[in-house]
Amino acid sequence: MTNGLATMRGVQHRLLAEPAGAPLPELDRTQLIGLLREAGLTGRGGAGFPTWRKLEAVTVAPGGPVVVANGAEGEPASGKDGLLLAYHPDLVLDGLQLVARALGARSTHLYLPAAAAGPIRAVLDARRRAGRDPIAAVNPTIAPDAFIAGEESAVVAALSGRPAVPADKRVRVTRAGLGGAPTLVQNVETLAQIALIGRRGPGWFRSAGTAEEPGTFLATVSGAVAQPGVVEAGYGVPLGELIDAAGGATAPLQAVLIGGFHGGWVPARPDLPVSRAALAHYGTSPGAGIVIALPQGACGLIESARIASYLAGQVSGQCGPCINGLPRLADTLTDLAYRRAKPGLPAEVKRLTALVTGRGACRHPDGTARMIRSSLMTFDADVVAHLHGHCTQEAVRR
Amino acid sequence: MSESRLHIDWTACDGRGLCAELLPELLAEDDWGYPLVRDGATEPAVPRALEGAARRAVDRCPVMALRLTLSSTSTS
Repeated sequence: MTNGLATMRGVQHRLLAEPAGAPLPELDRTQLIGLLREAGLTGRGGAGFPTWRKLEAVTVAPGGPVVVANGAEGEPASGKDGLLLAYHPDLVLDGLQLVARALGARSTHLYLPAAAAGPIRAVLDARRRAGRDPIAAVNPTIAPDAFIAGEESAVVAALSGRPAVPADKRVRVTRAGLGGAPTLVQNVETLAQIALIGRRGPGWFRSAGTAEEPGTFLATVSGAVAQPGVVEAGYGVPLGELIDAAGGATAPLQAVLIGGFHGGWVPARPDLPVSRAALAHYGTSPGAGIVIALPQGACGLIESARIASYLAGQVSGQCGPCINGLPRLADTLTDLAYRRAKPGLPAEVKRLTALVTGRGACRHPDGTARMIRSSLMTFDADVVAHLHGHCTQEAVRR
Repeated sequence: MSESRLHIDWTACDGRGLCAELLPELLAEDDWGYPLVRDGATEPAVPRALEGAARRAVDRCPVMALRLTLSSTSTS
């Protein structure tokens, strides 16, 4: 959807403005964890977990952890990790190096889509020639182009030479991952942010974003906008500013999907802050920064049914409730979207979302259910209209 | 103080349905025959009175998809 994006713009310029090749501080484990805690950095891969806690978790046991830079970007609507790797690979590698050194990593890995692997090899060679990178010998592992290939236990499976599918979570990879060692899987944008915090300090980091959600993030803005692309902004940025940074809306907007295919639909209010706190009301979060603008005239239920069908097709085929539940859920929503409606359909969609939630090795069923529930909430007028054989957007299209 | 919880490995489970028969107090079957935790918990707590039945369900699962895990109640 956003493949071939060549633009990176900023409401704020942090990651975008950082020069390559700036010196990197030497930090030990305690210093790095302290800095990240003070900075309040959270993971940029989607879950938004405090980074310092994850670092702490992999270092409780003696012996260094395995450290992995995760550039798998299975979301079709996301382009920010790929662009970051293309435009600022040094920043990502700096972050990886900082973390690997501070934690005394036993091994360091790059997990990347095929398109990013070639260019990054050249960057690694250049760093090695310059003698500034002990991790420069890492050989990238190719991430398959699948929605769930970047989930951390899927990453560990791929690095182990197995298919990149999620594993059961009785034991987390932070305790026993690759080869049984504590494993830190960190999104590439998170690593770039870590490099910035290492250089410029937590106070500087906190001067962007909000007090509760500090720093900037990379958003991938697509849909009904003039210049779809990647935009850097601080958390809490008004939705309208993000849309404007992507060239502005090409039509009056009806709603916006935030947080990606596992996220939620929100009303297209320009003043809506893009932050975890403000989006919680709609059951979503900024996630990995995906923003899809839906114009008036398009049917939100049809769009949601399309996404649900895509997600049902991305099931890894391991967990029964997901294998069976997601296709059934997508079909039921599709019936509602195309007005093959029976009175019980909305209730059946809700029942199925509850039935799949929490019943898989990963959060794929939960995220799919979340997006579908939000579609019923945001397009509630259309749910009623569709049950009566029409669509509220018909008048707009005429 | 610790309590037992029932963990389902969904990657292993193939819906044979034995567990729901041995532990009807905790588990039902969903539309496709996979175990459905009655209270909706991801890892349901196993009351002491049901520990024997839970252990039998764990032992008899033909694909070894069930585990009893100990978790501390003070931190959960």
